[in-house]
Amino acid sequence: MFSFKHANKSIELIERYMDKIDQGILIFQEGVKNYLLDNKESFGDNLKTLSSLETDADIIKRKVENILYTQSLMPQLRGDIMRLLEELDNLIDMAKKNLYQFDVEVPFIPAELHKDMTKLTELSVMAVDTVIPAARAYFRDPGSIKEKIHRVYLYEQEADKLADSIKRKVFQDMPNLKLSEKFHLRYFTLHIENLSDAAERAADLLLIMAIKRSI
Amino acid sequence: MLFLIYISSGLFLGWSLGSNDAANIFGSAVGSKMVSFKRAAWIASIFVIIGAVFQGKGAADTLNALGTVDALAGGFTVALSAAFTVFLMTRKSLPVSTSQAIVGAIIGWTLFTGNMFDHKVLGKIVSTWISGPVLGMLFASGLYLLTRSFLRKAKIHVIKLDTIIRISLIMAGAFGAYSLGANNIANVMGVFISAAPNILLDFGFFTIDGVQVLFLIGGLAIAVGIFTYSERVMNTIGNGILSLSAEAAIVVVLSQGLVLFLFSSVSFSNFLMNMGLPPLPMVPVSSTQVVIGSVLGIGLVKGTREIRFKTLAGVAIGWITTPLVAGILTYFALFFVQNVFNLQVSSTHIQAVPAPPPSLTQLADSQIINLIVPGLIILAIAVILILLFIVFRQQKKRMLAENKLLQEQNELYHAQKALNDLEINAIQREKENLNLKLYNKRKQFIDMALNLSEQQVFLEQILRGIEEIKKLDDSGLADSKLNELALHIRQRMSFAHEKETFYGQIEQIHQDFLHKLETAFPGLTDKEKRLAALLRLNLPSKEIATMMNISPKSVEVARYRLKKRLGLTANDDLITFINNL
Repeated sequence: MFSFKHANKSIELIERYMDKIDQGILIFQEGVKNYLLDNKESFGDNLKTLSSLETDADIIKRKVENILYTQSLMPQLRGDIMRLLEELDNLIDMAKKNLYQFDVEVPFIPAELHKDMTKLTELSVMAVDTVIPAARAYFRDPGSIKEKIHRVYLYEQEADKLADSIKRKVFQDMPNLKLSEKFHLRYFTLHIENLSDAAERAADLLLIMAIKRSI
Repeated sequence: MLFLIYISSGLFLGWSLGSNDAANIFGSAVGSKMVSFKRAAWIASIFVIIGAVFQGKGAADTLNALGTVDALAGGFTVALSAAFTVFLMTRKSLPVSTSQAIVGAIIGWTLFTGNMFDHKVLGKIVSTWISGPVLGMLFASGLYLLTRSFLRKAKIHVIKLDTIIRISLIMAGAFGAYSLGANNIANVMGVFISAAPNILLDFGFFTIDGVQVLFLIGGLAIAVGIFTYSERVMNTIGNGILSLSAEAAIVVVLSQGLVLFLFSSVSFSNFLMNMGLPPLPMVPVSSTQVVIGSVLGIGLVKGTREIRFKTLAGVAIGWITTPLVAGILTYFALFFVQNVFNLQVSSTHIQAVPAPPPSLTQLADSQIINLIVPGLIILAIAVILILLFIVFRQQKKRMLAENKLLQEQNELYHAQKALNDLEINAIQREKENLNLKLYNKRKQFIDMALNLSEQQVFLEQILRGIEEIKKLDDSGLADSKLNELALHIRQRMSFAHEKETFYGQIEQIHQDFLHKLETAFPGLTDKEKRLAALLRLNLPSKEIATMMNISPKSVEVARYRLKKRLGLTANDDLITFINNL
């Protein structure tokens, strides 16, 4: 009745889960860079690491869910917490899928787009990177979420703008590219941009959750 | 037995108190599923009984001072009228309090019997109806401020906080239940004190007198109320009126417990007197009204504009209507009991019932029943039962854990088996592919070897023929032999065998294509299928002509025919169609 065992266990698991997501996103960034620089070996390593991080995150998420429901911890908040973990899981899932798409489809990215693609990846990763501390803050200091989260929206908007500019450049200023290559580039821009959109969704959820806790 | 029948109305009042007021203590905890109802009911029942037995006298004395109901029939009628008032007003959804109903009923009794009631005591009691909720409000706002600032500074992890809240809810609930028992038992059993049995039960560690036995019975009635009916009320209250945050719920329960405790604690009253301060009157207070005050206190701190003046007005109206209804009901009920059933409702006519509550000297003379041995036996049985329960629970937990582990291992085994099967299937398919490749290669080698030997035999035949012709003197015969040789060579040049091999290989490579072609156009001849396969290889007409042993013009004709057979129009491109098939 008066034991903190399960509470401590789930706290530790959630912390580990956040670490995995954080690491996964950084590996994704490295992976895209290595692809653009044609470092095939490092890219392969990134792909493997990200895949194993994603699997670990899934296992941890299931364990947390198991503890929260079987030990009936936080009956009023656990639904929200599980939704948050799902949203964060979605981020690492997307990152993994994106990197796999690079590996399978091997898109041709012209050298003049390397800089923009790197920047787009960085912006999306920064959006995710900002949402993770906010998610951590929900558990200890929900009052500070708002001040942490506003950057996510900024990065997301910047990522959107840059993605639009890349697409415009591809379709309007690159007549030498085949239409299929243009489409391919558009999809890859969209995939990376989607990562920042997912971070924005997680931020929205966090804001509502913070308000719910303050009532 | 007769005594039990008389106090049954008090027990009914106790049941009603248990079923309604326990929700003020554990409503939020049970409604929010933080604490199970079973656990809450056990804790509430145990602590209500402890509070009633060990601290219930203070408030009961004040109620007795208002008017000592000194006949059993009178007590029965008073308690029944109060209970009926509570029942009636609850049914009509009017704000009601057991404390106010019992006060009104006692005043009704004093008016009916012509006894004088102490106006000073009444004033004291009425003042607590206001000061109770106000004190609750003050405690709640103070405690809430403290809790909030502590939680903001401590930054405890939400999951750990959940466990802390759960423990706090249980502890605050236990304290609230103790205070409820101590303060409100007077409502339930106060009017029967004068008829309490004159006994002293000695348990070794402690003794309880007749009044405490009466309170114990009342406490049990409250516990029955908690177990039988309060779950529904708890779920309604927990998800409705009291759907507060968990921290606020703890504060409300704690401040309610504090208020009820202060209004029933003799020690605190003595402490205040020793400090030279006016003592708090020991009076039964309505726990619901204290809760309303506490919720208001939290609302004030939070700054929400949700203070319902309607609720406040309801409370204020309840202060007047409840005693009034109870008083009138009691007056008429007593009239009936006295005149219709011919029962004495006041001690002026009954000798058996002592008028004043038993004094300390009387208690000393009371019959002492030694319960040390039975008490110890019950204690020992309880300890054994608890130990057995713990052992069985541990065993059950262990078995459950083992089962879970077994199930997990089983699942893992099945998952691994499925994976292994997949791998085996993949390997088998790969093996089949490799076997097929090996067979084809072997066939190619055999064909090549056969071809080589055949070529050699053929070339040797040619060589022999040439040598024979060289030896011939007859030029006519030589010419004829040469013509024969040339024909033989020309026949050989048709490459029938190689072509068959070539077509065989094409069929293998384009298995899917030929299958699709056959399915879509079942009427095609072998020649047409071959032409389609050659066209799919993108071979020019000249090459196709050689392969098919026909002239290039015939190839064009065959292409035209094939186009028609495939249902293509003149504008359609045959090659594109075949490539897209």
